[in-house]
Amino acid sequence: MAATTLTRPASHVRAGARGPLGLVPTGVLVLGAVYTLFPVSWVLVAATKSKAELFSTPTFAPGTGLLSNLSDLFAYRDGVFWLWLLNTALYAGGGAVLSTAVSCVSGYALATYRFPGRNLIFNLLIGGILVPAVVLAIPQYLLFSKAGLAGTYWSVLLPNVLHPYSIYLARIYAQAAIPGSLLEAGRLDGAGELRLFRRVALPMLTPGLVTIFLFQFVAIWNNFLLPFIMLGDDHRFPLTVGLYTLLAAGANQPSLYNLIITGTMLSLIPLIALFLTMQRYWRTDLSSGSVKS
Amino acid sequence: MRTNRLAVVAAAALAAALAAGCSGGSGESAAPTASGGAAAGPVTLTYWTWVPNMDKIAAAWNRSHPDIQVTVSKQAGGDDAAAKFLTAAKAGNPPDLVQAEYQMLPSFVAADAVADIKAETAQVKGEFGDGVWGLVTLGTDAVYAVPQDSGPMMLYYRRDLFEKYGIEVPKTWDEYAQAARTVHRKDPKVFLGTFSSKDPGWFAGLAQQAGAQWWSIDGDAWKVAVDDDATTKVANYWGGLVKEGVIDGMPYFTPEWNKALNDGTLLTWPSAVWGPGVLSSNAPKAKGKWAVAPLPQWNAGENHSGFWGGSSTAVAAKSPHKAAAVKFATWLNTDPQALDLLIKEGSVYPASTKGAALLTEAPEYFSGQPDFWRQAAAIGATARGFTFGPDVNVTYNAYKDAFDKAVAARSDFAAAVRTMQDTTVADMQKSGFTLAK
Repeated sequence: MAATTLTRPASHVRAGARGPLGLVPTGVLVLGAVYTLFPVSWVLVAATKSKAELFSTPTFAPGTGLLSNLSDLFAYRDGVFWLWLLNTALYAGGGAVLSTAVSCVSGYALATYRFPGRNLIFNLLIGGILVPAVVLAIPQYLLFSKAGLAGTYWSVLLPNVLHPYSIYLARIYAQAAIPGSLLEAGRLDGAGELRLFRRVALPMLTPGLVTIFLFQFVAIWNNFLLPFIMLGDDHRFPLTVGLYTLLAAGANQPSLYNLIITGTMLSLIPLIALFLTMQRYWRTDLSSGSVKS
Repeated sequence: MRTNRLAVVAAAALAAALAAGCSGGSGESAAPTASGGAAAGPVTLTYWTWVPNMDKIAAAWNRSHPDIQVTVSKQAGGDDAAAKFLTAAKAGNPPDLVQAEYQMLPSFVAADAVADIKAETAQVKGEFGDGVWGLVTLGTDAVYAVPQDSGPMMLYYRRDLFEKYGIEVPKTWDEYAQAARTVHRKDPKVFLGTFSSKDPGWFAGLAQQAGAQWWSIDGDAWKVAVDDDATTKVANYWGGLVKEGVIDGMPYFTPEWNKALNDGTLLTWPSAVWGPGVLSSNAPKAKGKWAVAPLPQWNAGENHSGFWGGSSTAVAAKSPHKAAAVKFATWLNTDPQALDLLIKEGSVYPASTKGAALLTEAPEYFSGQPDFWRQAAAIGATARGFTFGPDVNVTYNAYKDAFDKAVAARSDFAAAVRTMQDTTVADMQKSGFTLAK
């Protein structure tokens, strides 16, 4: 704890010097960090263990089987892992882009235009936030079955496009980031609504959109129930459902723990990479949000 | 036909319970499998299974049957697979063929999700033992699936550690209890066995060995006897040992269980014939040290076993190509070439008597026991099952809840069995099944 305080900038040291109580928030955050990072570090260590080492060596002793785990995983059913990874990227990337676009347009419209029914729509959206996506999976499956779409790529992409929470975020962000006077000035200069949106609003909304994109991307990347119910063909599975077939492999075939853990570790990498590259925008978002509101 | 009436009542009841609020009428939605189903072209069948390498086995079929092409879709196994199939059947687009665990088959039948294939399977009935065949007829006149694999139970034990602690292979459950006490006295860290509150199928197998009949069909009504004398006897036996502290209470298939198998602090596992696969993967260090023997008996001189696991191949009631699907299902589970592939590629212990005879070379993990499969076949012949009911998942969940608590509190196991019975009966009444008193 002392070490963390020392490396802080001067202003934070002063905050810490307020007395023993000042350390409490730091302590809570450190506990939280340990709580969330502990399982991740376990996955990293466990992925290096061979089948024989996994359950017999001490939990955090690194093993020697990383390379054989990787080659086993890539060889499993002729490399179906890569297919699942591609599928996941398609679902998460495509779904997040579509969802961000829809959220952006609808959030902007709700924030800047006054029209009858605006509050009703917004209240409905707020209500939608309260319904967990998990509850909707089976009704959505029955609907898609009627439309003949169950089992297709669309059946996983489409339900993710309309995401009430993202629209809510977009509206709040648009309200805070785009001053009404700016749009008014643009109108006086003769810009059409579409041009106003593209040239004036969109650049100002970008940080908020990145946030929405990241939220949705991570949510779809980790989604299990929807693709599990929707998809019958294992060549369309995303990673979550695919790896689950290794875990619940049936009675006469043991769970392939090594491959699951290695696969889980690999599936973390794109997420971490995405966060690192997008972090720039994320930070802008947080700071600009704090100043504007 | 009393069975038909029963099925109709059951189907209506379960459908209502399953999908309160979602409208039916899936008639017009075309199943995705129908795309290649024109009379002219080859028939395309989809098959949901979790048997490893089933795609390779289906490829062998596809090569020799150009007119019926089977596409395998590998699913996650177990209860979730059953729920997924029931949902798909309800929505009107199930796969043509599905792997159905024996205990789940009645719920498929009750939901009208699988077809009666009695006429098409008449000539393969003789390929299976009566016990296994009973699991796909549910004791009725109909046939709802073709048996694929079965799981007769036997006792896996650590031969080297039995010698170390100076105990004999127990022939009766009394001897097993004595051995448990001896081992635990000699080393308090070591247990002869563990009672798993997470594996209802295992407990059901032990109850079957003792002669339990949890469900039976009596005219138009179901008879439920989860808390019959045999089951209560089994529960009290294990409950006593857990209370005494000489049998551990950790569940199977958990990391701690794997660890105990590896470091030799767990000496036996009453399990099924598919055990070698689990042991070789979860306890690779103990290779060659495990051996099998028949399950301990309740009375000296008896010779009984039960079933843990096993599954069948069922044909969806909504499949547009039932005849073709049955053709594939019977080929898969009775043809010598298919059985050979099932054993080699799928690590399956075939339910067909011909298939079981194909197994000769002991699993590598049991190198110290060359007669492994002969033992297994002899034990398999003594296994007896029972008819499963239409809501086994409810009973099984009740098992997990009740025995979780009973093991943690070391309380009365017979009370947990009564909880299972009450929960099962309440659920069946709620779903509209007629129950015999």
